[in-house]
Amino acid sequence: MSSGTASQTENQATGKQGPPSRRWTARDIVQMLLFALLVKPFMTLFIGLRVHGREHLPRAGQFILVANHSSHLDTMSLLTLFRLTDLRHIRPVAAADYFERNAFVSLFTKTFFNILPIARRGITAENNPLERMRQALDAGHSLIIFPEGTRGSGESIGPFRSGIAHLVAKLPDVPVVPAYLANMGRSLPKGEFIPVPFFCEIRLGEPMLLSGNRQQIIHTLEDAVRALKEID
Amino acid sequence: MNLATTIRSLSPVLQMGLLVLGVLIIASVVVAALKRARPQADFAELAARVRAWWVMAAVFFAAVVLSNRLSLVFFAFMSFWAMKEYVTLLKTRPADHHALVFTFLAIPMQYVWVAIGWYGMFIIFIPVYMMLALPARLVLAKETTGFVASASQIQWGMMIFVFGLSHMAFLLTVPQIADTVVNGRMLVLFLVFVVEMSDVLQYIWGKTLGRHKIIPAVSPNKTWEGFIGGILSAMLLSLLIRFLTPFTVIETLLVSLLITVAGFCGGAVMSAVKRDFGVKDFGASIPGHGGMLDRVDSLCYAAPFFFHYVRYFHPWN
Repeated sequence: MSSGTASQTENQATGKQGPPSRRWTARDIVQMLLFALLVKPFMTLFIGLRVHGREHLPRAGQFILVANHSSHLDTMSLLTLFRLTDLRHIRPVAAADYFERNAFVSLFTKTFFNILPIARRGITAENNPLERMRQALDAGHSLIIFPEGTRGSGESIGPFRSGIAHLVAKLPDVPVVPAYLANMGRSLPKGEFIPVPFFCEIRLGEPMLLSGNRQQIIHTLEDAVRALKEID
Repeated sequence: MNLATTIRSLSPVLQMGLLVLGVLIIASVVVAALKRARPQADFAELAARVRAWWVMAAVFFAAVVLSNRLSLVFFAFMSFWAMKEYVTLLKTRPADHHALVFTFLAIPMQYVWVAIGWYGMFIIFIPVYMMLALPARLVLAKETTGFVASASQIQWGMMIFVFGLSHMAFLLTVPQIADTVVNGRMLVLFLVFVVEMSDVLQYIWGKTLGRHKIIPAVSPNKTWEGFIGGILSAMLLSLLIRFLTPFTVIETLLVSLLITVAGFCGGAVMSAVKRDFGVKDFGASIPGHGGMLDRVDSLCYAAPFFFHYVRYFHPWN
């Protein structure tokens, strides 16, 4: 296993193919408008989102953003980190059983967040989540992954699932950016629908290049996110 | 001479704007001079503070002068942001979620009472109805551990940051003090100028001459020299803007004494709150100053005193 520094990461990342040149779709435009008019003002003026370590976000090339998960605000806030025109390249990986539970929710999550739906149960060769993620990366997208696999209480970070390690181990040149999301689970906990405007925070860590032993990759990622939690 | 007569012929609010502009220019010139006189010393923090004062003065002036509705939105947002900073630092329980949603909804409501000029509701909504309704809402969450702490901490914040600050907003909507040309806007400008100048002057006096600490356990930066020097000089400055008020000279001095001492108490109370929470500032929204609460702490205390003084001695139409 090895982890690279930020500068190495940048070289490697830009060395990879540029952003995908797929055509703009109506969905892309609608998402941009929703973010410009609703999500970003909501995050700035209502939640008062603060960002630490923004410089760690790769400016070019693909990456995988890995964060703790405690709220529906998590994805929304992470997506505000990006330029509106880059939003269409970012795919938050999300549970199909929850975010595609009916046509309305499915349309909503696809339009707002461009989620990459994956199966959590009943996995077959066709719906293999790792394959889905690999395809998205091959298409030039970047991913947002919550390796806990579900929303936690917000107080402690749950153990990371092994899927992320399987994915990352085969992609030694895609930088992984760790992120800790603070207070989101307080603002909008599991099961609630109206947020309380606690100030929330995103803390980004240095991008890492990971390869080798899967167990070690998981530990490295968990430690990176935990270390960000300890900063105050 | 001509300039003086021209200035005096301007509306009181414009005169006030010029005065604030003058104070800001002096502050910026002093910072530039300090930088030049002592190139080695670090004035970055001071410079950031003065820059932020320019922005705050511009925003506040625009919000207070342009239209009543805009002012109310501005004050409501100030209360909202202050309350946000406070509850973020509170140790809330998951069971408090719905009560907190309720609490935040009460903020715009308090300003609706102001907007429609319903004084009776404005003055009892938070101290009476919220105080009774909040614990009732908390009961529905069926969690008794920490119940009293939650109910009282949330209500305390509402009283100071929402109820206290909203007095400025109500004062602002006053169209005219009986038998004078004074309106609520002018009084709000007077209040804010005197209280904020007193904060700044207490800081300057304290930094230059401060020796004897008043409350070392709470705030090591507050000294008797700063307190007395700051309040006396703010009282003198208030005479300059007596044209914004219906007060006589003696009254102006006494009112300034009242609101600057109240403002000092507000600052000291918020220092104690920060100590308790283990933080240096309430936030980082205003560069060099900290959060919204670090700036409006004195106003939270001064506004109700000023409001009720005016209401009792200089009733409006």
